Amino acid sequence: MKNIKVIMMAVLTIGLLAACGTNEGNNENQDHAGEAQELSGSVAIDGSSTVLPIMEFLTYEYNMVKSEVETSLNSSGSGGGFKKSTVGEIDLSNASRPIQEEERAKAEENGTELHEIELAYDGLSVVVSQQNDFIENITVEQLRDIFLAESGKTKWSEINPEWPEEEIYVYSPGHDSGTFDYFNEVILEEKPMRQDENVTLSENDNTLVTGITNDPNAIGFFGYAYYLENQDKLKVLGVDNGDGAIKPNGETIQDGSYAPLSRPLFTYVNAEYLQDKPQVHDFTVFALENAGAAAQQVGYVALPDEKYQEQIKTINELAGQ
Amino acid sequence: MENSPRIKRRVMLNRLFKYVIIVATSIALIFLALLMIRIVNQGLGYLNMDFLKNFSAPYPDSAGLFAGIIGSLFMMLIIAPVAILLGVATSLYLEEYASQNKFTRFIQVNIQNLAGVPSIVYGLLGLTFFVYLLNFGYTLLAGALTMSLLILPVIVVASQEAIRSVPNDIREASIAMGATKWQTIWRIVLPAAIPGILTGSILALSRAIGETAPLIIVGAATAIYSIPDSLLSKYTVMPIQIYSWTMRPQEEWQYVAGAGIIVLLIILLLMNSIAVWIRNKFQNKY
Repeated sequence: MKNIKVIMMAVLTIGLLAACGTNEGNNENQDHAGEAQELSGSVAIDGSSTVLPIMEFLTYEYNMVKSEVETSLNSSGSGGGFKKSTVGEIDLSNASRPIQEEERAKAEENGTELHEIELAYDGLSVVVSQQNDFIENITVEQLRDIFLAESGKTKWSEINPEWPEEEIYVYSPGHDSGTFDYFNEVILEEKPMRQDENVTLSENDNTLVTGITNDPNAIGFFGYAYYLENQDKLKVLGVDNGDGAIKPNGETIQDGSYAPLSRPLFTYVNAEYLQDKPQVHDFTVFALENAGAAAQQVGYVALPDEKYQEQIKTINELAGQ
Repeated sequence: MENSPRIKRRVMLNRLFKYVIIVATSIALIFLALLMIRIVNQGLGYLNMDFLKNFSAPYPDSAGLFAGIIGSLFMMLIIAPVAILLGVATSLYLEEYASQNKFTRFIQVNIQNLAGVPSIVYGLLGLTFFVYLLNFGYTLLAGALTMSLLILPVIVVASQEAIRSVPNDIREASIAMGATKWQTIWRIVLPAAIPGILTGSILALSRAIGETAPLIIVGAATAIYSIPDSLLSKYTVMPIQIYSWTMRPQEEWQYVAGAGIIVLLIILLLMNSIAVWIRNKFQNKY
């Protein structure tokens, strides 16, 4: 009997403590709002998990210099980010694809203006296992044959008679990811992809890496960073868009000659918050100044320096400074 | 000796099943051991004081779980009272007060079904209800209440079992001595049911501390450099940080994730042993 009272007391105490916590917290928040001029407050960022590593680098470094600004970084995917940014819930929305028409429309409906910022480049890498010895390059046409449902081709020999008569095992990022969206747009042209027992979809790119590594008849695609880290296990294919096969590397991705699979990585900043919240403006400029270093650190490719400078200028104009 | 082959067969069968059962048990144990060895091997190198004290970082060497540990603990402090109080109250109503009619059975079946609903569904419920309708936003409070809902059915079902297993004789004896219904529940039924209720609650809380999916939906941050200072703060929790590390391309992050898993396991183990301790204390008394 005594014991149960002790437990109830403990529960109550914890409850009270939590309640006290609330009050203090609220006071502090008000203080923060009061001294917004000295750069405090918060910057809320969400969006693509592909862009996450770059953004994490940026928020981390930003926190080192402006520790009073509370940044929070989520990764609910490009689409998930736009769901929040189009209604003004967050300040910056990361995306591994450009904003879609419907998302633009939704933003306009809600009176939100999203300004597009390019942070870095990525080269979607088409890879096979190191154990695969029959393929070096691939044409866009062949990629379509392999990935599209309508081609009906499921064996390597059906794509190219010189290749073995083996089943093709397809590995692709999940259909919610911006990475798939990009591939879907430029290669598949929005036609339905194969869906059968030889197709593996995963939101975790490391799962794709493992799957492809162990299977000489597998093919798949994902961000350049995942190839870069697994070069000893994977073979990257040169992609031929009609002007000869080109493999992805820092140069071909940056100058766009690795076509059509070079893609920019974006963040979209809410134009209104850019003007009203000095910390959002400050962070955005900081992000553009350091995005090149961030990209290199996490395995993406930096934009040419002028591109960052131009964008900083635009951001400053938008913020009215 | 005529039926000796039949006896032999029975003895053999007896032995065979013993081995089948031992093999079944050891398969589970072997996999658990393999998992532990792998995680400890990978993670131990990154497990040090800095890992516990640092915030998330873009460099594997300086990345830490601090925000996650604090976030998870704060969350437990909200979830435990909310879910256990609500859960025990619900089960008391169903077991002691509700009349046994179709409506009560309807509630029972529903609660049991809710215990099996995928956690992501609770995430969506939390998003609609706590984040938008009650306007809590993507905050610690919204996350904790969502998780409380998630584990509520488990606690209710476990508490019901515990309360039901208290012998009716004791209840009747208490009433016969002139105690009111509430006095009987508070002084006789609940203390006797505590071990069962706690076991259920701790299992449920352990589930809550390891859940990721619903918290991604209700907006737990992946990288954050401040710890919650109010119920309406942004937050992150251990499993979210670990999940984000396993997704990275660089191999070192898998080791960092391993270190994170070790910390999560240790905290889980601590929670469970506290529960076992409390349970034993009560079991001795009643």
